[in-house]
Amino acid sequence: MKSLMELAKIREEAMKKVDIRNDREGTRIVVGMATCGISAGARPVLMAAVEEVRTRNLQEIVVSQTGCIGICRLEPLVEVYKQGEEKVTYVEMTADKMKRVIAEHIVNGKVVNEYTIGSVK
Amino acid sequence: MELYRSHVLVCGGTGCTSSGSISIEDALKTELAKHKLEKEVKMVRTGCFGLCEAGPIVIVYPEGAFYSQVKAEDISRITEEHLLKGRIVTDLLFKEAVVEDQVRSINEIDFYRKQKRVALRNCGVIDPEDITEYIAFDGYKALGKVLTEMTKEELIETIKKSGLRGRGGGGFPTGLKWEFTYKATGTQKYVVCNADEGDPGAFMDRSVLEGDPHALIEAMAIAGYAVGANQGYVYVRAEYPIAVHRLQIAIDQARENELLGKNIFDTGFDFDLEIRLGAGAFVCGEETALLNSIEGKRGMPRPRPPFPAIKGLWEKPTLLSNVETYANIPQIILNGAEWFAGIGTEKSKGTKVFALGGKINNTGLLEIPMGTTLREVIFEIGGGIPDGKAFKAVQTGGPSGGCIATEHLDTPIDYDNLISLGSMMGSGGMIVMDEDNCMVDIARFFLDFTVDESCGKCPPCRIGTKRMLELLDKITEGNGEDGDIEKLEKLAVNIKASSLCGLGQTAPNPVLSTIKYFRHEYEAHVYDKKCPSGVCQNLLNYVITNDCKGCTLCKKVCPVNAISGEVKKLHTISDACIKCGACVDKCPFKAIIKQ
Ligand SMILES: Cc1cc2nc3c(=O)[nH]c(=O)nc-3n(C[C@H](O)[C@H](O)[C@H](O)COP(=O)(O)O)c2cc1C
Repeated sequence: MKSLMELAKIREEAMKKVDIRNDREGTRIVVGMATCGISAGARPVLMAAVEEVRTRNLQEIVVSQTGCIGICRLEPLVEVYKQGEEKVTYVEMTADKMKRVIAEHIVNGKVVNEYTIGSVK
Repeated sequence: MELYRSHVLVCGGTGCTSSGSISIEDALKTELAKHKLEKEVKMVRTGCFGLCEAGPIVIVYPEGAFYSQVKAEDISRITEEHLLKGRIVTDLLFKEAVVEDQVRSINEIDFYRKQKRVALRNCGVIDPEDITEYIAFDGYKALGKVLTEMTKEELIETIKKSGLRGRGGGGFPTGLKWEFTYKATGTQKYVVCNADEGDPGAFMDRSVLEGDPHALIEAMAIAGYAVGANQGYVYVRAEYPIAVHRLQIAIDQARENELLGKNIFDTGFDFDLEIRLGAGAFVCGEETALLNSIEGKRGMPRPRPPFPAIKGLWEKPTLLSNVETYANIPQIILNGAEWFAGIGTEKSKGTKVFALGGKINNTGLLEIPMGTTLREVIFEIGGGIPDGKAFKAVQTGGPSGGCIATEHLDTPIDYDNLISLGSMMGSGGMIVMDEDNCMVDIARFFLDFTVDESCGKCPPCRIGTKRMLELLDKITEGNGEDGDIEKLEKLAVNIKASSLCGLGQTAPNPVLSTIKYFRHEYEAHVYDKKCPSGVCQNLLNYVITNDCKGCTLCKKVCPVNAISGEVKKLHTISDACIKCGACVDKCPFKAIIKQ
């Protein structure tokens, strides 16, 4: 180690690796991964979320999964929790929709209304 | 860089390893492969989480789900349900992690809530075999800061101001030690870490080495800079194979990353570390005996003064501190002396790690701010006494410490309070005793240990403790005479005053403190020939009560045919009884009692 900057660089890289273990208040993307969700295609959605968070290097975001959210006919479901905001539930998700949600909602703060539960009849 | 959506932390401390965490890792690897989750879920082997009672422990992040007493067979369910489908397997969680059907994360569990983890902050959080994980949690930042921004004087002043005192037992102010070694004349100086951990009930030093070895390396390098040493030694007992292994890996990684070696942080500071193995003798934890042992001599103490700070290893000025003491150093540098001094009591700053054992629900390792009361530790963090039994005493300080009785449970824990109660902080062993423990027997147990471990160099310790043990044997065997208790007291005082090292100077403490708080138990043994707790075999008899149904089971199990009686008639026990207790365990009607 020759400088503090070198150390800081290693730290920054390594932070991404262990960040998930910190208690944090940031945004959470939760994918419903019960049997109904998985059979409706939740896995690709989850993978897309993980991939997108990785490529965009979004440090404060936790991607996690949960069991049955309870509206099986609209699976795959994704919930987004942002601090100080109402929970947003997206329904009938796909990998591509997930990427758009991350770009528009997570990064730019604009809810993608057409995918939300409120927009389905 | 791989990014995982979930981390599964498997405890790889000695406790969980011996209860099977390796087979859990294997099962997890298989299951993750089976479900093709290897790229999404990362397995990390960490150091000790502290709640050894509940081991093997597995924690799943980001939820912080705390699985306890996990078996290899449980892994397929955890994988299929939790990792794949996101449903926490509640029946496998630690019992306190589920409250009113709500799952609580690890930080919300009682055992952890009252703790403050400074020395143990990374234990159970990082992979100890990966230096980058330590760096991610601010590792080596303190060393960088010290080398590039602080003078030696500023650094020593910071440690002095923090109020940190030695965690190895004595409680000597660490900053002063640094200053003495810094000011000592000589070009060659050394820093040494005492990782001998001789108290058989303590395992915090082992946990730091196993769970966060880089914290020790970083701290020793900082200390080396402060006192002007470029070589350090860690003296650790060979009985700690996992700790030795991980420490060696950590030293190698630190060298690869040029955090040990020449010209660290391009500041011209050189520092390197080596491990020295000890054979596991209690006396080798005493600092001068330890230094002799490193030099290849017999591990026997030498007179002090001169203190190691003036004449230590190979007669050179040497800074010698305990593992836990060192583990606090990087945090003090990063957060400031004021932060550290803000924790704890007036004369004891910061936190202390205790190894809680004996008759207690949550056996394990915990770190609390100084000033927490014994009651909080035992009844809140420790979860109280099992099986509804009554608390009797707590033994602190290991073989050098003493027993503290119920009336002092509300004492805030710090160095000075424990000493004034006739015990001491020691290295942090804490053994809880309930109504079934005989205090004379406990004192005998500890003295038996010190008699064994006395190095024999000075007569008061070699002969005096042996005489005390003989008196205790006599008393517990039912041959105690009027005056024996007083003899014990007199011997104790003399041995304390005249022994060469701390071993002899503290060896009588378990006896003195139990006489102080439980004299009536000694008297019952000596004068009434009774052991009130029913422990001392020679002082009790087994008798069969009228609850006996004459089932003959006891008669069959008795190895010496001491029980007689006909079927369906009351049985009796004769003098041939060897008091082995086999009949008590066998009797379905609880009709056999000790008197
Ligand atoms: C018999 C005996 C055993 C000791 N065992 C240990 C030990 O296992 N670990 C330890 O750190 N200190 C032990 N000590 C205390 C050391 O002599 C020394 O005071 C301590 O390591 C200094 O470090 P500190 O200032 O960080 O506490 C022992 C002392 C005595 C008298």
